[in-house]
Amino acid sequence: MFDALSDRLGNVFDRLKGKGSLSESDVNAAMREVRIALLEADVAVEVVKSFIDGVRERAVGQEVTKSVTPGQQVIKIVNDNLIGMLGKEAAWIELNAVPPVPILMIGLQGSGKTTTAAKIASRLTRRDKKKVMMASLDVTRPAAREQLRVLGEQIDVSTLPMAEGETAVSIAKRAMAASRLQGYDVVILDTAGRVTIDQGLMDEIKQISEITNPAEKILVADALTGQDAVTTAKNFHQNVGVTGIVLTRMDGDSRGGAALSMRSVTGVPIKAVGTGEKLENLEDFHPERVAGRILGMGDVVSLVEKAAETIEVKEAEKIALKMQKGQFDFNDMLTQLQQVSKMGGLGGVLAMLPGVGKLQKQMASAGVDDKSIARQVAIIQSMTAQERKSPKLLNASRKRRVASGSGTTAQEINRLLKQQMEMARMMKKVGKMGGLKGLGSLFGGGDPIQPDLGQGSNLRIPEGLINQPGQNFPGLPGLPKFPTKR
Amino acid sequence: MSSDNIQKSWFSRLKEGLSASSNKVVSGITGIFTEKQLDEETLEQLEDLLISSDLGVNVANRLIKTLSEHKFDKQVSDREVRETFAKDIELILEPVAKPILIEQSLKPHVILVCGVNGSGKTTTIGKLAQQWKAEGKSVCLAAGDTFRAAAIEQLKVWGERTQTPVIIQPQGTDPAAVAYDAVKKSIDDNHDVLIIDTAGRLQNRAELMDELAKIVRVIQKTLPEAPHNCLLVLDGTVGQNAHSQVATFKEMVNVTGLIVTKLDGSARGGIIVALAEKFALPVHAVGVGEAIEDLRAFDPKIFAQSLMGLD
Repeated sequence: MFDALSDRLGNVFDRLKGKGSLSESDVNAAMREVRIALLEADVAVEVVKSFIDGVRERAVGQEVTKSVTPGQQVIKIVNDNLIGMLGKEAAWIELNAVPPVPILMIGLQGSGKTTTAAKIASRLTRRDKKKVMMASLDVTRPAAREQLRVLGEQIDVSTLPMAEGETAVSIAKRAMAASRLQGYDVVILDTAGRVTIDQGLMDEIKQISEITNPAEKILVADALTGQDAVTTAKNFHQNVGVTGIVLTRMDGDSRGGAALSMRSVTGVPIKAVGTGEKLENLEDFHPERVAGRILGMGDVVSLVEKAAETIEVKEAEKIALKMQKGQFDFNDMLTQLQQVSKMGGLGGVLAMLPGVGKLQKQMASAGVDDKSIARQVAIIQSMTAQERKSPKLLNASRKRRVASGSGTTAQEINRLLKQQMEMARMMKKVGKMGGLKGLGSLFGGGDPIQPDLGQGSNLRIPEGLINQPGQNFPGLPGLPKFPTKR
Repeated sequence: MSSDNIQKSWFSRLKEGLSASSNKVVSGITGIFTEKQLDEETLEQLEDLLISSDLGVNVANRLIKTLSEHKFDKQVSDREVRETFAKDIELILEPVAKPILIEQSLKPHVILVCGVNGSGKTTTIGKLAQQWKAEGKSVCLAAGDTFRAAAIEQLKVWGERTQTPVIIQPQGTDPAAVAYDAVKKSIDDNHDVLIIDTAGRLQNRAELMDELAKIVRVIQKTLPEAPHNCLLVLDGTVGQNAHSQVATFKEMVNVTGLIVTKLDGSARGGIIVALAEKFALPVHAVGVGEAIEDLRAFDPKIFAQSLMGLD
């Protein structure tokens, strides 16, 4: 849906190639595109404004080094500034206080407070070796306290026993007393969700905060939030004084502009991000990844990590071995196709790749989608074990059989055969070159060399930005190339 | 309560909710104008204000364009600008404002409720159940969120409050099995309406979306025409990701309508306008508060006027 910023900037800068430095009008043209990219990523309007002003100041008059295009130069400045604004260093819960250290969880309804409370408790217990108690102060939502109790059981963290008819404030007092008596290091107080303008509930949090004097007041916010993110953050910050933010649902496909908005209006660090429904799905905040995501440059690092998680080691080793021998048969292709579906289908994979806008359109027009993957799987599954091992066996009559078995046509089987051959050829190439370098060329689908962005640059421009996106799928290992010509 | 009264309280409720925030738009627009000429700079400021209510870049652009076509270089007042926007927005929204109509002959009229985590599915189901109960319909609920801790308990509480039977199975059961049982039971017990809750899921999680599609297939084994409504519950604070949510859920389970919750907060729900334009899916109701009657039919005129801070 969104065209990546790089595509947009590409258009603006096409006519500027070979210029010595960025003029004010060049930069202004670029900033219009940057503005739209940020707004489409749900960065709040006021934050976009101040951000753009900062970038403009830095960009005008910059020398354009020969090795990059003006577009890349601007993206680098934008990217650097974004990372700067998102906060460079990872921060985690501060426990510098007399135990039991209270941590207050606050946020809107449905932002994921209770789950996040349990995730933090789990990490504090397991990684930081703390004795943690959790207490739900949510007397509003049906079964909210039950939810925290069950989660506590799952992660083996104690929860404050429930009592009927208590107010949030009295539960907070009881939690503090109980954790003090029982020698807990940390007590996590999970408050009820509220809408920001509900002053009554806001006063209640204030009161709880005053009574318990928490070391951390963690604002839990949904990464899918739109422009309201600034209002929410400001409101909680003004009323309670937030000390850190946890962004939930970062495993979704939102561009995550809320991170920038909330961070820039509160100035407090983003302490972690929630990346899944499981209680271990809490990760450190990586500003550089989120910056890439906001700009629509794709989250290549996360993709690689996800691939590493999903693709089973044994399978990978088997394929690596085969690769060395230069073999790649339909069995291998089947494994890889299935891995793509495991990683969330093509959509899931694509959402993390740069240059997605154009690519998705192209893939759609080439008829490549999750259905076509399912068809390819069906084709391979309709082959005999021998055919899968030696694709050369597939003559016309076998092809007809496979086609009728998989409900496809002979043409589709020919196309798949061609893909298999091409991939086998690449595998051979990689096998000969050996090592990571070869893998790199496979991964980028082309030249693995990164452009020189000048001294001190830590920006790694994803391949898709440099190659004109489109000729090939910019190569996940083993992802079938999709036909550009039929 | 007469319908006039309901209208009025709906309006005041939504306005109350929207006021904190739409004040920003309104005072923004008022700040830009005190009878002045509509020039490029003013248009840009107006665009920012529209975008800040989550209308999205495209819709904001278009509204601005329409305005400038008619009024560029002319003297305009802030009220005029707000009225123009409200009217345009109302026009976009009018075709999608459709309440859910329970088909009495179906017995059960099956409604599947889906959405991302935390959007307010279970609460919405509780409110819908209560409203239909009040109309004298017999309602049955199915606790299809077998994943989240205490989700079943949460729906059970709603069942007690609304005196509605809740079909449950232990946590971790295949939700399709719960749905299957619930359909059978609703047919046997001759219920008018069956509302099936589902676990929250992010739309880019393919395996979870497949699970949802499976629920639909299993329902259709017993009732080929069901679910008669498939509701997507959207959090009113959601930003541009709503496009992806609607597109994916629609593709996987043929969403037939939207319910937008939490509009009593500071979020303005401008995304509804963008979604109406792009997907033309009915907006069945909006949630403007915690009380049961705070789930209201969606009124485009009131919404558009509230968004622009008009009375």
